[in-house]
Amino acid sequence: MFVLTAVPGLVVFLMLFGLFQKSRPILAVKSVFDLLFSSSWHPLKGEFGFFPFIMGTLWVTFVALILAVPISILTATYLSEYAPKFFREFTKPIIDLLAGIPSVVYGVWGVLVVVPFVGNRLSPLFGAYSSGYCVLSGGIVLAIMVLPTIIHVSLEVFSSIPYEIREASLSLGATRWETVRHVVLRKGLQGIIAAVVLGLSRAFGETMAVLMVVGNVAKVPKSIFDGAYPLPALIANNYGEMLSIPLYDSALLLAALVLLFVVLLFNILARFILIRVERKAG
Amino acid sequence: MFFSTALVIGSLLLIIGTIIWKSLPALKLSMITQTPRGGYYLGKEGGILNAIIGSFLLASGATALAIFLSLPVVLYLNLYTRKSSFINIFTRFSFDVLWGIPSIVYGAFGFIIMIFLGLRASLLAGIITVALLELPIMSRAMDEIVRLVPLELQDASYSLGATKLETALKVVVRQCLPGILTAILLAFGRGIGDAASVLFTAGFSDRIPSSLFQPAATLPLAIFFQLGTPFPEVQERAYASAAVLTVIILAISIVSRILIKRHKKFMIK
Repeated sequence: MFVLTAVPGLVVFLMLFGLFQKSRPILAVKSVFDLLFSSSWHPLKGEFGFFPFIMGTLWVTFVALILAVPISILTATYLSEYAPKFFREFTKPIIDLLAGIPSVVYGVWGVLVVVPFVGNRLSPLFGAYSSGYCVLSGGIVLAIMVLPTIIHVSLEVFSSIPYEIREASLSLGATRWETVRHVVLRKGLQGIIAAVVLGLSRAFGETMAVLMVVGNVAKVPKSIFDGAYPLPALIANNYGEMLSIPLYDSALLLAALVLLFVVLLFNILARFILIRVERKAG
Repeated sequence: MFFSTALVIGSLLLIIGTIIWKSLPALKLSMITQTPRGGYYLGKEGGILNAIIGSFLLASGATALAIFLSLPVVLYLNLYTRKSSFINIFTRFSFDVLWGIPSIVYGAFGFIIMIFLGLRASLLAGIITVALLELPIMSRAMDEIVRLVPLELQDASYSLGATKLETALKVVVRQCLPGILTAILLAFGRGIGDAASVLFTAGFSDRIPSSLFQPAATLPLAIFFQLGTPFPEVQERAYASAAVLTVIILAISIVSRILIKRHKKFMIK
């Protein structure tokens, strides 16, 4: 049992090591700076610039978070502070279900509903032409996908805040809303930040759903109605060709390494915050 | 605030509603009882039985493998080590970190393992990759349940002369059975629905795999490929396949809820 227990920790290191080993061939010919900040992506000529893909990921993630953060924090606040008990018990399985829906199904839904809506209704409103396969569509689909993560962690954070603090605030004559705003949200701020960071890292690596609605144009997007091409989509779309062009597999696995690295960083940061929050509460 | 909660619930209903509604024209019995015939991806006869069976084989194999890895680890952490010990904190932290790693990275890592072992894209390679993906999901869910077992219950078992292993397997596992089953079903559901991790590793084939070393079709990838064709009939089949996948996920979730209810009465409070 002890040996098995070492496995999870080992897997993390093995992943980093394996991906690094496989991306060494390309790191040997190109500098990291060139790879990350060059915009020219021509695998046949041996040019691998990740910049458009990195920007694509950032745009989509950013839009998703702007949409998801207010909704999920308000929902978590409502469920933990205002909602009657039966409603809370009724909503929790629904949020779990939302987390359980496969990303391909989100993608299909995005193609059926979000893409036509953005393309035909929303973009003319802003005087922009768009096919609907764009950053905004990706952001909307992604926002719904990260909602459960942020709501779940926020709820845990709120429940770790002792009830006596709320009672103290209420007994001083503060209203329910004042208590929520000045006591609960303030006390839970660190935890909420951690929840958002966890949602961020979820959004960062989501592949299939985004790939299906975002348009996959290898250019740096200029507005939310432009198509984009996020990093995970790049990896998923090109797996077929990657063994036939020299250095291509190495470049794609480097993309996976970059993804893993960023997500690890976010996750470790968020977990440290959450551990601190837990200690304070305990 | 109530509005945002309603929005969250509404979006779930909207997603499931749209998928089911759009799938109706193409949803025929032959979809789920036949494998693709010649020209299926051009809109001819056939169904997606290969993908349904492939997905179930893949997710079952992966879930079995993940159980063998995660149950011993969770029992070891909770019964054999102290809560503040290094191995305990480090392993829980690793599970949290693994949980956050995107499935496409698991896919890329699975691809490296596959090449390292000299395998081709096959059911086995897919099973290994998905098992790794399911490991943190299952372990975290099990850990949350096993952690709640009252110390008195363990002490009672020890005082009757049971060894640690006996206590773990006969008392703790039985006490936690509903929670463990839920954890298994949760991981199974995640495994069956994930596309990015099997993209490189499980391959795709129109036939039902007859051995571990043959490529296997999976439902999420079948949806993805069908949606990618330019033919409206085939795209409608993608919607129908998505509805099948959604129904499977819903069924797993409902079954796990029933299991919890039924087994709760065997638990010692």
